[in-house]
Amino acid sequence: MNFAVLQFPASNCDQDCVHAVRVTGHSASLLWHKETSLGNADAVVIPGGFSYGDYLRTGAIARFSPIMQAVQKFADEGGLVLGVCNGFQILCEAGMLPGALIRNRDLQFHCEQIFLKTGNFETPFTSKIPRDKIMKIPIAHGEGCYFADEATLAKLKANNQILWQYCDATGNLTDTANPNGSLMNIAGICNERRNVAGLMPHPDRASEEILGSADGRLIFESVIDALQSKTIKKAA
Amino acid sequence: MTEPAITPELVQKHNLTPEEYAHAKKILGREPSYTELGIFSVMWSEHCSYKNTRPLLKTFPTKSPKILVGAGEENAGIIDIGDGLAIAFKIESHNHPSAVEPFQGAATGVGGIVRDIFTMGARPVCAINSLRFGPITGNGAAANNRRLFSGVVNGIAHYGNCFGIPTIAGEVYFDKSYEGNPLVNAFCLGVLRHEQIARGAAKGIGNPVFYVGPATGRDGLAGAAFASQDLTEESAEQQRGAVQVGDPFMEKLVCEACLELLATGAVAGIQDMGAAGLTCSTCETAARAGTGIEIELNKVPQRVPNMSSYEIMLSESQERMLIIVHKGREEEVKRIFDKWDLPWAEVGFVTDTGRMVVKHRGKVVADIPAKKIADESPIYQRESAEPEYLKEVRAFRLDGISDTTHPAEDLKKLLAWPSIASKNWVYRQYDHMVRDGSVVCPGSDAAVIRIKADSLPDAPNEKLPEKLIAMTVDCNGTYVYLDPYEGGKAAVTEACRNLACSGAVPLGVTDNLNFGSPMKPELFWQLKESVRGLAEACRAFNAPVTGGNCSLYNQSPAGPIDPTPTVAVVGLIDKPEHVTTQWFKDEGDAIILLGEIADKKDPLLGLGGSAYLQVIQDKKTGTPPPCDLETARTLHTTLLGLIQSGLIKSAHDCSEGGLAVCLAESCISQLVGRETPRLIGAQIDLAPFTDIRLDALLFGETQSRIVVTCAPLDAAKVVERAKLLGVPAVQIGKVGADKLVVKTPATEFSAPLAELHDPWWNAIARAMA
Repeated sequence: MNFAVLQFPASNCDQDCVHAVRVTGHSASLLWHKETSLGNADAVVIPGGFSYGDYLRTGAIARFSPIMQAVQKFADEGGLVLGVCNGFQILCEAGMLPGALIRNRDLQFHCEQIFLKTGNFETPFTSKIPRDKIMKIPIAHGEGCYFADEATLAKLKANNQILWQYCDATGNLTDTANPNGSLMNIAGICNERRNVAGLMPHPDRASEEILGSADGRLIFESVIDALQSKTIKKAA
Repeated sequence: MTEPAITPELVQKHNLTPEEYAHAKKILGREPSYTELGIFSVMWSEHCSYKNTRPLLKTFPTKSPKILVGAGEENAGIIDIGDGLAIAFKIESHNHPSAVEPFQGAATGVGGIVRDIFTMGARPVCAINSLRFGPITGNGAAANNRRLFSGVVNGIAHYGNCFGIPTIAGEVYFDKSYEGNPLVNAFCLGVLRHEQIARGAAKGIGNPVFYVGPATGRDGLAGAAFASQDLTEESAEQQRGAVQVGDPFMEKLVCEACLELLATGAVAGIQDMGAAGLTCSTCETAARAGTGIEIELNKVPQRVPNMSSYEIMLSESQERMLIIVHKGREEEVKRIFDKWDLPWAEVGFVTDTGRMVVKHRGKVVADIPAKKIADESPIYQRESAEPEYLKEVRAFRLDGISDTTHPAEDLKKLLAWPSIASKNWVYRQYDHMVRDGSVVCPGSDAAVIRIKADSLPDAPNEKLPEKLIAMTVDCNGTYVYLDPYEGGKAAVTEACRNLACSGAVPLGVTDNLNFGSPMKPELFWQLKESVRGLAEACRAFNAPVTGGNCSLYNQSPAGPIDPTPTVAVVGLIDKPEHVTTQWFKDEGDAIILLGEIADKKDPLLGLGGSAYLQVIQDKKTGTPPPCDLETARTLHTTLLGLIQSGLIKSAHDCSEGGLAVCLAESCISQLVGRETPRLIGAQIDLAPFTDIRLDALLFGETQSRIVVTCAPLDAAKVVERAKLLGVPAVQIGKVGADKLVVKTPATEFSAPLAELHDPWWNAIARAMA
């Protein structure tokens, strides 16, 4: 499979995402944000970083880059799009995912390993995650506090769109396990159609044992499995 | 625009002595212009010229067959790591700017050192730092110390996180002597192939000179000169304009664009505009190539109208680069910098005159022989005299000091002392995992990163063996204050010991000499003596110095800082299975002490200058534990041999707080994830050591001691092999249960692990809350 990893000015996990895809044995290539076509990509990853230096708001300027129109069209046609960290922020800014990511509640940047509980295993982003698995994946962000109004939260819940929540090592959704104050401990969600997902933790930094955890690889493997086993739209 | 006339007062304001001014006139053969005076002032500041330290720096070992670019040659040294790969690394200070404006001061410190690394053609892959502040607990001055500490940490986080470089290790000490004059030393390491090394030389007569990066403003005017003066309240206020403002977003773009451009082969020479901005970069590139350079300031992108030539030449606006391009390949520069939406301008060309000619609106405003100003800076042999306070220090004995009666309580107090306590409040704010290379994160003796094929600039899909690089930065300033020579040796030795504990062999050293004014004989003596110690130790560990930085004049009105030569050592680990961490691993493992329990020849038994004397007895005195280099070297090679045989499960050295703190940290320092430490107990038997007082046994800081663990079946083998190689070794306990239990000759004490973990883990966060 071929992943397109978008590269905005000051994306800084672009190479990490390419690396994480390649360790699964698949191919990935960087796609400059001024491009207007996704080429022959099977799936899109929007990587972490500080696109446009986080000026204005995180992700607020990147959503206007030319490539984002192609990504929007790709998603409208059912293509799989995964946003990690800044990529999640960009997807929310672009309106491709509901809600917003605001300053962490203690106003500090957090880089640490956190634990994740998966809420829905029936999506292209989660199907390969074992049912009882508590994943350990690092976060690194200053603005990762997930926020949405009550109606949106209720809808996310009703539609099983909450894919990942911060939990403790044994799977409890506690307040101390929540590193940034996200509502309902939300770490990642998907859209209603289940082809666009975003999360603050970095699966790209947890894809090999030498880095302390290979749990993040399960997310990439889920996407690959979905691409291989189902008819998922390819980029035009 | 009319330039002011040159008067003796103006010369003095530029920190040039009458003799230096006379020499400048001799070089020019006439009176300098105002712009030229500014140029001489920054080029001959200590920061750029090392005029007070060069004779001392020459005593460092700087050669090894692995060195590809040596000390002083370029912006950073480069060392071969095998398979055609190399690493570039360097440390640099940003002390004075951080004292004035902690956030921007520290941020631009990171920016500057990162630029030094990609200027060499290397991709920056990790950063570390060494910080010093006044005490952060209590009221009064502590509030300002906390402000500086928090500002500096925020600044480093802001710049490094946004740029996308993992800040993977560091050290932070708190001591009264740094009140008002914090130290911020930032280190960066990059990787490249041998053939990718770029040079800061203006080669090729007629080649065009490009300016790339953001426009020049009035910020950071003459920062290098500012850094080379004593810091007073007045100067801090006046010099706020000398602090630059950093933009990591811009730096990231400049870095990517430069690496992309370097890969095309269009570049003849490249240099960042760091200290002394456009002045230093034009002068040095011409001097290195033995050429001349001519630039027109009108073409330099400017942020504000009506900047004078003086201001443009001396501005230290950040994230700017000077690039000399092979004639005929200008289009490639334009294409790449346009792609990254970066400003660029062709500002001049390389000449054969050997002169640095600066024009402003067509008129020559400076015309200086480049090589002379770069290489003929004054050199001073400063006077030195042993300081008076050392008499009292050397006379100190333990006779009047009562032995510890509450060892468990004392241990907890030491663990909560901010200089010893966990620095998680700091490193959690740094992104320490970006770039997918962090193998050992902050919190062990040394950090370890892996270099993978796609860590390199311009990474094609090639297969390269992964490399493991370990690094650490160390310096116990208290030791150096109490005995500069032994303290200097101890700084290098501790760094090398930390590397050994992680499984690494040292490759090279970069040092940052933070001292007081060289004009004061006692302070210069501290500098001279510690350099003697550093140099001797670097030789002993076969770790050449590849470059570094001198920061003098570190004194506030209250007095000078403790002399602080911070030492960053980089090492190579052969195989992934040799990577070793400090925390205990499995129940039942044998705990073995490598090295003497205490140095019986030291009348203070390792307590001189110790954390114990400072925290529990409120005394900062006594000659620090002597550091025998031969003993240290044998210990390190022995440990490495044991690690490489696969026998060692954990290794942690005894440093501040001695054996007791080392053992406690081994029990409590493993972090699984957020709010999830892995605590594991130990039963320790020190009862056989009857001939040493309890405080020295538990908290003495005798050098060259490492606590290792191994499987119980291997214990005899480890002890025997160590002894065979001449390293004292004895099993002192075993890993297990939920307490640290220590049996001593007279008594036994124990502490539940949670009671050790809490003060150690939370002390800094509580002080900062």
